[in-house]
Amino acid sequence: MKCRKCGEKAVIHMRQHKLALCKNHYLDWIPKQTQRFIHDNKMFNPEDRILVAVSGGKDSLVLWDVLSRLGYQVDGLYIGLGIDGGNGYSAESRRFTEIFAAEHKLNLITYDIEEHEGLDIPTAASMTRRGRERPCSICGLSKRHIMNRVAIENDYDVLVTGHNLDDEAAVLFGNTLNWLTAYLQRQGPVLPNRSGLVKKAKPFFRFYERETAAYALLRGIEYMYDECPHAVGAKSIYYKVLLNQLEADRRGAKLSFYLSFLRAKETMNFNLGGDDVERMLHPCTSCGQPTSTPDLCTYCRTWKEVRDRREMMLEQGIES
Amino acid sequence: MTARIHLRDKEFKVRSGMTIRSALLRLNIQPEAVLPTRDGELLTDDEILQERDEIRLIAVISGGAH
Ligand code: SF4
Ligand SMILES: [Zn+2]
Ligand SMILES: [Zn+2]
Repeated sequence: MKCRKCGEKAVIHMRQHKLALCKNHYLDWIPKQTQRFIHDNKMFNPEDRILVAVSGGKDSLVLWDVLSRLGYQVDGLYIGLGIDGGNGYSAESRRFTEIFAAEHKLNLITYDIEEHEGLDIPTAASMTRRGRERPCSICGLSKRHIMNRVAIENDYDVLVTGHNLDDEAAVLFGNTLNWLTAYLQRQGPVLPNRSGLVKKAKPFFRFYERETAAYALLRGIEYMYDECPHAVGAKSIYYKVLLNQLEADRRGAKLSFYLSFLRAKETMNFNLGGDDVERMLHPCTSCGQPTSTPDLCTYCRTWKEVRDRREMMLEQGIES
Repeated sequence: MTARIHLRDKEFKVRSGMTIRSALLRLNIQPEAVLPTRDGELLTDDEILQERDEIRLIAVISGGAH
């Protein structure tokens, strides 16, 4: 197969766009497309200070690379979760992130959860009722909270994440299967800022997962290839497999599923009731972040529960 | 007349002469979920498998409640 632009041997074929490109043209195409998505969705401007959440995985490192190639002022935030899982997951992914930042002379903020909260994610999860089998619940809510806090405290204009089309389509699929209307209301490539909540954007929301992986490979970006051990059996992966099945039979199926959702949200009177939740937001009595739960936000409440339980166990002389 | 396809620690033997895409479909590997490489070079999946080819697949699906 030949590159559409120059006729050289193609390295990637994007069936949904009927587009095959050679290495050089592909490495040009990704930043150009990204810039178009940023512009069309009013994500941010060159004057804005941007914070990118980096996990050491392909999507976030590729995003950091592309945004800095486009000339944006973009710093990275790495959150240390303290997950080992036999493959040294956190330590390794941190190493990839630090190497990338150093090689590209980019500024990296590191936030270690154990340093701040006294316990790492797996230990904390073992002390909550919900998290005993899977730490994803406390992990996800902690990451969201910390990203927002670090962005606000350091005056960033926007927080960006490396979510790709497959991520977004899988979330949409799950939200639709269960008609989680409040989540559907909030799902989209840009979330405007509100008091206490930083603006969020997902510049890669139209790239397929294999496209960010191909970019990493062609640019020589080394990333954490192994998954977090707790991702095994995750619903999102199951949904991605189902959507890829659709995609294999009908090119562009994933993309049109997500884009037609965004269009429907805009053009129809898509009242999903999420506004009520918005109206009820008030500041958490401990950290000040907006929350819809009374008194403490979910982050403060969950970590308080963890600390209380920890204390109780220490008093009773039980080793965790 | 065989080529080999590697995915993580698994190895599959396939007949050469067909495209990578048909080989993947036969092996029940989703073409969307992998990137085929040979000697570290990325390939499109219409590439015809040659005798003694060693194709490494890079898995691209990641997940979890991130
Ligand atoms: S898979 Fe779960 S535990 Fe692992 S990083 Fe993602 S949310 Fe956290
Ligand atoms: Zn070309
Ligand atoms: Zn709080």
